[in-house]
Amino acid sequence: MAVDKATVRRVAHLARIRVDEDHLAPMAQELSRILAFAEQLAEVNVDGVEPMTSVTPMALRMREDVVTEGDARDAVLANAPLTRGGFFAVPKVVE
Amino acid sequence: MTALNALTIAEARDGLRRGDFSAREITDACITAIDAADALNAFVTKTPEKALAMADAADARLKAGDAPAMCGVPVGIKDLFCTEGVRAQAASDILRGFKPPYESTVTRRLWDDGAVMLGKLNMDEFAMGSSNETSAYGPVASPWRRRGDNRPLTPGGSSGGSAAAVSADLCLAATGTDTGGSIRQPAAFTGIVGLKPTYGRCSRWGVVAFASSLDQAGPMTKTVRDAAIMLQAIAGEDAKDSTSAPIPVPDFEAALTGDVRGRRIGVPKEYRLDGMPAEIEALWAKGRAMLADAGAEIVDISLPHTKYALPAYYIIAPAEASSNLARYDGVRYGLRAELQPGDDMTDLYERSRAEGFGAEVKRRVMIGAYVLSAGYYDAYYLRAQKVRTLIRRDFEQAFDAGVDAILTPATPSAAFALGEVGGDDPVAMYLNDVFTVTVNLAGLPAISVPAGMNEAGLPLGLQLIGQPWGEAALLNDACALENAAGARPRPGAWW
Amino acid sequence: MLDLAHDEPTPKVYAGLTGDWEVVIGMEVHAQIASKAKLFSGASTEFGRGPNENVSLVDAAMPGMLPVINRFCVEQAVRAGLGLKAKINLRSVFDRKNYFYPDLPQGYQISQFKHPIVGEGEVLVDMAPGVARRVRVERIHMEQDAGKSIHDLDPALSFVDLNRTGVALMEIVSRPDIRGPEEAAEYVRKLRQILRYLGACDGNMQEGSLRADVNVSVCKPGDYERFRETGDFGVLGTRCEIKNMNSMRFIQAAVDFEARRQIAILEDGGKVDQETRLYDPGKGETRSMRSKEEAHDYRYFPDPDLLPLVIEQAWVDAIEASLPELPDDKKARLIAQYGVTEYDAGVLCADRAAADFYETVAHGRDGKQAANWVINELFGRLNKQGLDIGDSPMSAAQLGGMLDLLANGDISGKIAKELFEILWSEGGDPAEIVAARGMRQVTDAGAIEAAVAQVIAENPEKAEQAKAKPSLSGWFVGQVMKATGGKANPQAVQALVKAGLGIDE
Repeated sequence: MAVDKATVRRVAHLARIRVDEDHLAPMAQELSRILAFAEQLAEVNVDGVEPMTSVTPMALRMREDVVTEGDARDAVLANAPLTRGGFFAVPKVVE
Repeated sequence: MTALNALTIAEARDGLRRGDFSAREITDACITAIDAADALNAFVTKTPEKALAMADAADARLKAGDAPAMCGVPVGIKDLFCTEGVRAQAASDILRGFKPPYESTVTRRLWDDGAVMLGKLNMDEFAMGSSNETSAYGPVASPWRRRGDNRPLTPGGSSGGSAAAVSADLCLAATGTDTGGSIRQPAAFTGIVGLKPTYGRCSRWGVVAFASSLDQAGPMTKTVRDAAIMLQAIAGEDAKDSTSAPIPVPDFEAALTGDVRGRRIGVPKEYRLDGMPAEIEALWAKGRAMLADAGAEIVDISLPHTKYALPAYYIIAPAEASSNLARYDGVRYGLRAELQPGDDMTDLYERSRAEGFGAEVKRRVMIGAYVLSAGYYDAYYLRAQKVRTLIRRDFEQAFDAGVDAILTPATPSAAFALGEVGGDDPVAMYLNDVFTVTVNLAGLPAISVPAGMNEAGLPLGLQLIGQPWGEAALLNDACALENAAGARPRPGAWW
Repeated sequence: MLDLAHDEPTPKVYAGLTGDWEVVIGMEVHAQIASKAKLFSGASTEFGRGPNENVSLVDAAMPGMLPVINRFCVEQAVRAGLGLKAKINLRSVFDRKNYFYPDLPQGYQISQFKHPIVGEGEVLVDMAPGVARRVRVERIHMEQDAGKSIHDLDPALSFVDLNRTGVALMEIVSRPDIRGPEEAAEYVRKLRQILRYLGACDGNMQEGSLRADVNVSVCKPGDYERFRETGDFGVLGTRCEIKNMNSMRFIQAAVDFEARRQIAILEDGGKVDQETRLYDPGKGETRSMRSKEEAHDYRYFPDPDLLPLVIEQAWVDAIEASLPELPDDKKARLIAQYGVTEYDAGVLCADRAAADFYETVAHGRDGKQAANWVINELFGRLNKQGLDIGDSPMSAAQLGGMLDLLANGDISGKIAKELFEILWSEGGDPAEIVAARGMRQVTDAGAIEAAVAQVIAENPEKAEQAKAKPSLSGWFVGQVMKATGGKANPQAVQALVKAGLGIDE
């Protein structure tokens, strides 16, 4: 499926990646190429085939309800670009 | 005597235990070699002081007689592994300056065994690439060159720094990760051994995620024996990774008898590609002959859905990546773009991610968002996961029919020059993974073993694919191939 | 087990200018699972910590961090399902719901989209004795809570606290079976009651342990019945979702406001926009949440960091065997066993601890009398002082002991109230208090006769009047009671006064 500029704009926003207006067209072309490559899958008969949800057939591991982590505010904040009083800080969000 | 940095893990282990040399001496030799090899751009973060301190600690353990196999062995770590207090950026600008306050399980296990960390190794950004050209640190130059040609070659990717460093004897071994071939393809391009274990064999905890259902860490070493030793150290169940398997870890090195008599080695006809270079075809034939000479039985098999592995992979991996990489948002760590007055949260996200991600990562994240988006999920993602089921079924049927392992070329060509492949066609680069991605989709173990040289003097690798959890037998098959192929190829030092 | 017969309540009808309207309500209730640690990390769920103090590296979505599920949380989801008589799905799948928000560190919420752990169940919502609404539950799934963004601490910045991030929630999704503002509030009340009985959720709405998203639409009489026949949502009106309601009173007010707002729009010839709204308790209004208007495309897909959740039927059976008696069953049993009214049974069962308290009091005693004292005196006093049953200064044994004294005729009803006061404020053993303080009522006829004779002798005029008009004999009873310090048995006094005055029965 060919991807147009509007689709690139929509997907770029979904992925929260700014794409300049003049890059939309080349990006559309690249994405179209990749998707065209993926089109081959349409040839495969997948009737009655279960999609793979886990490559290893094993049971999901569960842990006990015990507090083992946390209380590490400084480690959690150590790499943050901006903090205030123990909080992460971001530009104001309007709800 | 071999230069200490050129030792294998096994040689170092034995020599250290005998007291022929100290861990500090090997580490010194590696640090010297690393400093002389900046032209390769393999190490992106060097940790010599840490290395020497770890070496001294290893020497103390050796003296005390408490020395696991990896004790005192200097290794390089792919930048994808989180290493406590040492930069881990996944070769991306978006993680600029990120110092994890934690250690990945795989590296933790190495350090617990006394291995020595030399530093962090270059790679494709977020492990997305097959040539190391997508790295924010710039490409790695392979230690190999074509005969009579000074153009820099790719060491492959994404574990290009690891492959170059091991091949050039900057370290004794390195960690790699393999999502679609990122251990095996660069191993093949640089004449070393690269093992992708069964999915779930090594913990993914603390390894920056690319595509969670495909990612596996593994050893990149100079010999098959070294791969066995290093896998032993890093493998095993981890309560912190829900996908790590509660399966016992056997003694891999003990399995290395080199005796493959009676083993049935399948050769899948679907791996014979139109337009495949003659040298690859010849290499494959040679591999079949070597294993047959060693007493294995070579059988033709069919893996009918092979052709669809690459397109399925290039749906599934980007889909998972688009979600896995959503956390790089400029809020809690890494790069936050300079904002203009009045910019809001959306600007912060969009600018930070536009500045922080390179072109290939952006492409894959956007493809991933697209194939998961409303109206396209069934046609792309769901269908790809069904095809994945079929691909795994192909392998299961082959194994059920009595095949013990499968022999294929590791790559469709020898190493290419930097800038030679890709350009404005991303798919051309993706084709590099054609022989390797099937294994990731099916969760199987596979190993790339250097098996010959091409006319230009570049190493070529063969791939052996094993049964789930069958690394021990697989390593032994690889051992037979290695024995037949002779001494490991070494690049002439030009750097 | 007794099942109480009930009638369905009539839906709330709004009289509009163009005729009658009805309201249709469906709810998504987010109940915090009462676990110590979070759903996928080992960080504490403790309420009220300083910013980012309950945050693990997993919660902060540090690179390479992975989720591992908390078994207790799975068990509580199963318990909740069983408590709502729902189907338990032995295989469920965790999906990622992808969107960007500052308090969502992973960039996705781990939830269960296509394959939830619990399927269809129901909640019986009591509206009045003999009247209840059966609300179908569509599903329950587990998911992670998000963190908290604080917007009013800085003029230019929002602050992000991840303490709540990753806390385990159950989302309980109802069918649109709720038909009025009061029913909406009662639905949440009943759900909360069941979850508290099960111990799956503490139900603390102030702390956000239970929040509801309320979907409201309006339609014409008859439309809803057609919807129930056909399952076609098209016959219902466009719905609005009122987000994050954490009080029954507000839910009731918000639904009422929202129904009227929608009716006004429709009667004006307008169209209701499908949107997310917030309730402003100060103004008593709902308003549109502009920031959420952007069309979402959550790109759900199975979380590749987790395997499908497969549980054993044997485990489900064991959980089922460990379930406590639930409110509906308990209520029916109290009616049958203790002869209390349905209304009283409902009050007693509101809280498991209260019902247990009652049963301890009622055991081997007059159940109705016990209910009167527990509800009117004890609950009344607890409510007045804002106390929970667990904080009651008076134990069930004390109250029971008091009722025994009353039943034996050792104390009068009036003295019992005094004794209640003493037990409430001072504590102690009821029988010992009565003995020590001389509160035992006088039943010795001789002593009472003497007192009666004395009062009559001292008030000859009044005695003459009373003989002529027997209704005045009450004054003598009062005087005798006073003279005996209130300890005389009132019935005995009454009889002896009449005898002393020569009044025939």
